[in-house]
Amino acid sequence: MIETRGLRKSFTSRQGREKKTVEAVRGVDLDVAEGEIFGFLGPNGAGKTTTLRMLATLIEPDGGTATIAGADLRRDPAEVRRRIGYVAQGGSTWDDSTAREELVLQARLYGASKASAQARAASVLEGFQLIEYADRKCKTYSGGQRRRVDIALGIIHEPKVVFLDEPTTGLDPQSRAHMWEEIRRLRAEGMTVFITTHYLDEADALCDRISIMDNGEIVASGTPSSLKREISGDVVRVGLPVDAVAAAASALAAYKIESYDDSVRLYVEDGAVAIPQILRALDAAGVPLGTIELHRPSLDDVFLTKTGRSLRES
Amino acid sequence: MKLLRDTSLIFQRQMQLLLRNPVWIFVGVFQPVMYLLLFAPLLKPALQVSSNAEAYEIFVPGLLVLLAIFGGLFQGFGLIAELRAGVIERSRVTPVSRLALLLGRSLRDVVSLIAQAVIITLLALVFDLRVFIGNLLLAYLMLALISLMTSALSYGVALAVKSEDALAPLMNTVAQPVLLLSGILLPLTFAPGWLQGIADWNPFSWAVDGTRALFRGDLGSPDVWQGLIIMAVLAAAAVAWAARMFARSVR
Repeated sequence: MIETRGLRKSFTSRQGREKKTVEAVRGVDLDVAEGEIFGFLGPNGAGKTTTLRMLATLIEPDGGTATIAGADLRRDPAEVRRRIGYVAQGGSTWDDSTAREELVLQARLYGASKASAQARAASVLEGFQLIEYADRKCKTYSGGQRRRVDIALGIIHEPKVVFLDEPTTGLDPQSRAHMWEEIRRLRAEGMTVFITTHYLDEADALCDRISIMDNGEIVASGTPSSLKREISGDVVRVGLPVDAVAAAASALAAYKIESYDDSVRLYVEDGAVAIPQILRALDAAGVPLGTIELHRPSLDDVFLTKTGRSLRES
Repeated sequence: MKLLRDTSLIFQRQMQLLLRNPVWIFVGVFQPVMYLLLFAPLLKPALQVSSNAEAYEIFVPGLLVLLAIFGGLFQGFGLIAELRAGVIERSRVTPVSRLALLLGRSLRDVVSLIAQAVIITLLALVFDLRVFIGNLLLAYLMLALISLMTSALSYGVALAVKSEDALAPLMNTVAQPVLLLSGILLPLTFAPGWLQGIADWNPFSWAVDGTRALFRGDLGSPDVWQGLIIMAVLAAAAVAWAARMFARSVR
């Protein structure tokens, strides 16, 4: 549904007399399949939004190619516009108009007749549970409601692909969970959904596949679980009395192990399988056991392995 | 056809929003009325004309042109608010014509200017101003062209600078010499030769001369068609430039 090769964009900014060129996106290759929720994960400033805006025809790439829903981005941006929806991060409504008015206008800008625009608006309002507020001014909406209106505006013309830039940033946990449901519903209706996010849990829970972006480049792509599996399995941490650490280390010598003051850490393929074996080995050696914890790698560990820093810190 | 349809969609929405906040009509008319009441009475002696009607014939057209210039030049502020609200970006991802995004807005500005002009003309009638309806309509055409040009210009600049802080001083800097060099408040017939020479290069001074001729009932004066043609050409150029700014990719 989306295929990009070597997509590039740099910006020149002037700082005093010096011109500074920032390579915001340095050669991005993406393959997004039809009907999936694809996530673009990365810290702020990684180039996610710039890439998204290029795909949405808002800025022209410096180089590379892209095909979106069958239309060539470089040669026929007008056709791309007809086939995609785009929802910006910062909102998109006039304070003084109502959700219904906005939706009808948006549908008409895509060429719908008045009657069919009204029908579309009504059905989208229903779908997004906005009927109650439909005829109130946008400035009276809560953050979550306004975001839902934004997304409704982005899909009013039933695009094949919809781009959502950080759809849950700034929302409270409840609105966020609600938004995830809405996004899953779009997928269920057959849309391909492309989101950017800097939330690890969002990428993990919501996305079918993700690409991790850092510094203008894609550093890893795959399903969240395959990416996590790639990095060295699970960690089992065994808490021990201080004088038992050495005994435990020798009893578990078969594992990849690190010893600490009051614990050992074992690196294993699959923690759920390893834990009973570890318990048995310690029991057999007569080592008194304190606590046992299993750490599964998170997408943050993936980011850490690929970039050398934690996403939480950047 | 698509252009017409898109323009009318944008225009309707903009008018709807404008009418929802009718304060503008009060604000837009209050100042010119103050000029009519508090400044115009000085004109009869100052211009050495025999009647109030004659003074208004000179002053009202200047006032209307002033309104068209300033009203237009400051429309960019509304656009910056729209940019910030994300409305422009939302429009730009749709297949809507870029020229329509501009024209829909500029036409709203023209309509609101003409509404103000009508109110002021009606008030001036109370002060003995007399003008033929045909000439008045031509004068309104001139005003429409001026406000189309200045509002398009203002939108283009707003899209380029994207901040009120930059737009305000920029527009003031443009507007002030334009105002002084167009003989809007007092005709430049009293001006020394060098000042007249500079004013000849100010297109708005042609517009003011043309509008004054129309209010005077002097339809045959070359000032009329010269003013109209100059304004039409400049309006077309401003619209073309600003529409390109709407189409251009903005970061």
